[in-house]
Amino acid sequence: MRYLPHTPEDIWEMLDVVGAKDLDDLFETIPASCRRERPLDLPAPMSEWELSRHIESLAAKSGGDWQVFLGAGSQAHHIPVLVPYLASRSEFVTSYTPYQPEMSQGTLQAIFEFQTLISRLTGLEVTNASMYDGSTALAEAALMAQRVTKKSTLAVSALIHPHWRQVLETYLAPRQDVTLITLPMSSDGRTDCSPLKDCEAPAALLLQSPNFLGVFEDIPAAAQAVHAAGGLLVSSFSEPFALGLAKSPGSLGADIVCGEAQSLGLSQGFGGPTLGVMSCKMDYVRQIPGRLVGQTEDLDGQRGFVLTLSTREQHIRRSRAVSNICSNAGHCALTAAMFMAAIGGSGFRKTAQVNLDLAEYCKKGLSEIGFRPLSTAPTFNEFALHAPAGFAAVHKKLQERNILAGLSLARWYPDISDLSDTWLFGVTETKTKADIDALLAALRQEVRS
Amino acid sequence: MSGNAFKQVGARGLILNEDLLWEKGKKGRSGMSLPESGLPPASLPAELAGTGPDWPDLSEQEVARHYTRLSTWNFGVDTGMYPLGSCTMKYNPKINEAMAALPGFAQAHPLLPAEATQGELRLLHELETYLAEIVGLKAASLQPGAGAHGELCGMLMIAAYHRHHGHRKTKVLLPDTAHGTNPASASMCGFSEVKVPLGPKGFMERSAIEKLMDDDVAGLMVTNPNTLGLFECELAEIIELVHQRGGLVYADGANLNAIMGYADLGKMGVDVVHYNVHKTLSTPHGGGGPGAGPVAVGETLLPYLPGPRVVKNGDRYEWNEDLPLSIGRMHSFYGQFRVLVRAYAYILSMGAELKKASALAVLNANYIKEKLKGTFELPFDQPCMHECVFTDAKQQPYKISTLDIAKGLIDMGFHPPTVFFPLVVSNAIMIEPTETESKEDIDAFIAAMLEIARKAESSPETLTSAPVMTKVRRLDETTAARHPRLTGDMR
Repeated sequence: MRYLPHTPEDIWEMLDVVGAKDLDDLFETIPASCRRERPLDLPAPMSEWELSRHIESLAAKSGGDWQVFLGAGSQAHHIPVLVPYLASRSEFVTSYTPYQPEMSQGTLQAIFEFQTLISRLTGLEVTNASMYDGSTALAEAALMAQRVTKKSTLAVSALIHPHWRQVLETYLAPRQDVTLITLPMSSDGRTDCSPLKDCEAPAALLLQSPNFLGVFEDIPAAAQAVHAAGGLLVSSFSEPFALGLAKSPGSLGADIVCGEAQSLGLSQGFGGPTLGVMSCKMDYVRQIPGRLVGQTEDLDGQRGFVLTLSTREQHIRRSRAVSNICSNAGHCALTAAMFMAAIGGSGFRKTAQVNLDLAEYCKKGLSEIGFRPLSTAPTFNEFALHAPAGFAAVHKKLQERNILAGLSLARWYPDISDLSDTWLFGVTETKTKADIDALLAALRQEVRS
Repeated sequence: MSGNAFKQVGARGLILNEDLLWEKGKKGRSGMSLPESGLPPASLPAELAGTGPDWPDLSEQEVARHYTRLSTWNFGVDTGMYPLGSCTMKYNPKINEAMAALPGFAQAHPLLPAEATQGELRLLHELETYLAEIVGLKAASLQPGAGAHGELCGMLMIAAYHRHHGHRKTKVLLPDTAHGTNPASASMCGFSEVKVPLGPKGFMERSAIEKLMDDDVAGLMVTNPNTLGLFECELAEIIELVHQRGGLVYADGANLNAIMGYADLGKMGVDVVHYNVHKTLSTPHGGGGPGAGPVAVGETLLPYLPGPRVVKNGDRYEWNEDLPLSIGRMHSFYGQFRVLVRAYAYILSMGAELKKASALAVLNANYIKEKLKGTFELPFDQPCMHECVFTDAKQQPYKISTLDIAKGLIDMGFHPPTVFFPLVVSNAIMIEPTETESKEDIDAFIAAMLEIARKAESSPETLTSAPVMTKVRRLDETTAARHPRLTGDMR
């Protein structure tokens, strides 16, 4: 086997040193009550060529060649070859968490830069080395807000990605002290924060902006409302490109910002691995979960980087740690940093503008063929529209042509009658005007037939 | 060549300096093609419109050089031996990277209909089956995003089981050899920790559990082999006792690489175990993730697995969301899919030879233990599994500590073992070679350790001042924590 270097002679020599008669003898300490009796029932080992033929046949049935007009937590953006090329350097790929900083300065400086670039994006002073994904970043942000405020009630916008809210509920299920209040949608597609008035001592108000419907939330108003009640504003996002054009949530009053940064140079990959990010104000740094890289100096006074403030973490504080997280999405963070470096501030803004232009063009085009925007509130990349009667059948027909023309929101929001005939669409810079025109033409044709 | 002759691995080399990203570049440069919409520009209302993040603008070559230089300051498994105990830093096969990067997978949107994604669904379904088979349990879920997340998932299932049965359980038993993630995961589920003391031979004893097990105990969290590298040989009896008193058992799979094909967790009575795919199943650690932390369960916890779950109906794979007892979602979508592709590729490459991987991992560790035990203090002198734990007791008379030994190894071209863990051993040095290191590399590591022991006596200052061959020397961690500087200039 190509990954096992031992020759029979090596094995004999080593067994001799150890004092064992054969390999099985090494497992004498496993008692009969724990010992496996039957052999592993697994397919016969494949050669590299058999393996690639087999997995390529699976990848051929993956949907990767579809034309998708949808984001919903997974965004298509261009990734320059430079990024995966550099990210695949094995000094980055095959290293562990940088416990030995002197031989991990590459990872450490790159993550320090990542923290800085994300902080400049979110507008908050502290960013950790990453979380598993957007949903777990949200759940951890909620727990963090509870620790900071020592309160337990959470007011959660219904317009946060439904899957993320489900993950939050999974995390909170064993905690009997937590009250979850769902903030409904108002008619303009934003979150109705008014129930917060009746909410006694909230730990946090949790929003997503742009929200699941693509609508920018009124972050300053939400911040004011929750701050007045003594809670924190947790503002999440699933499309960082919106912040190429919009004010940062930190600058608008958010205390904790978390989200999904897959858009920054990571492929969609059927949903993973992606990149959870979390930023907060410096005041709350002792409560942020996850790894933090800090700048320091070595014995000769040279600049260097280390993992720091570890007394928050499980390996030091054990049951009193702020979280159990250790390995995160480090290599995804590194890849995102490479992407941010490649696109640059100017390029990011320009690309965000192209996203906005194309999405607005698509929204307008759909409005001209019988769709009706949910509201006039500003959106980014994604938008919800009331569909003309019979659209579900059309949507199905387009699937036969490998086109995913939006997502029905009725199944995701059975409780909101306003969304019963509503579909969510998404467009990014990976689509051209011609692609959108082709979608509109196909829709016109199907609607007519 | 004699097995123990020390030969310096490192050589002189030119290390290039590199500024921070924002100390480079000029406004107006770009490192990638930028799109044009060809459309009239739309705009956001003034109250929303901002200026965008202040990121530096760099050319493509500037970016390429920046990260290439940074990479040369790093050390990975591909650079050299990385015997980091409990982290199983085995070789990461390159075909797995190619499979994970296939455009079909990379570009697939997770909300495509099931009929369009039969390739992914089949892969996930088969991987779940293999993972359950390897540990001898019934079923698996691939959702957890890393090992600690798998632990959390396991404990959430145990909590859900007790809630569903109307039990009021508040405590979890934890051996004091446990990884810190175990008590932290228990605590996230609202359980308090009851410490199980280590027996004199380095493993838990049934009598200790007998004393601690009561009606308030939700279960036991156990790592087997434990973090001393020893098999918990009373575990089956311990589990029987825990079950008798209404508790469930979570097994931490951090050390599964020692026992594939040799131990049967189902037979032991384990209710849930997690895998670290970046340890046991060869996916790269990436300097801090992404990993994946699948869980496998027995009959009792099967209904509580996260949802949705992939099911096979005839020849077709579908998502099942009708799971009334499920703890719910653990991930935005279905888990760290492209990490799981690598684990799948590894299992298919190895097949039943996974057993041999465990055997050679255990052989390598025992060989190191035998070769070093006269020179370094071995607190538990008995056959080990995949790792062995020494201390600095024999070097302390020369004022050489575990830290100096670790830093000395760096100068010799090795990544140090895990140090100062497990906590039950004072100044621990925990060595896990893995099965992918050849006898020559293991011998070179042993020679380096013996050379360090000699230096401790003859020239201790070469160890206390180490490392000197790296980009930076020992770093001031105290100042970093006291005056945290976590970002560059914020603008």
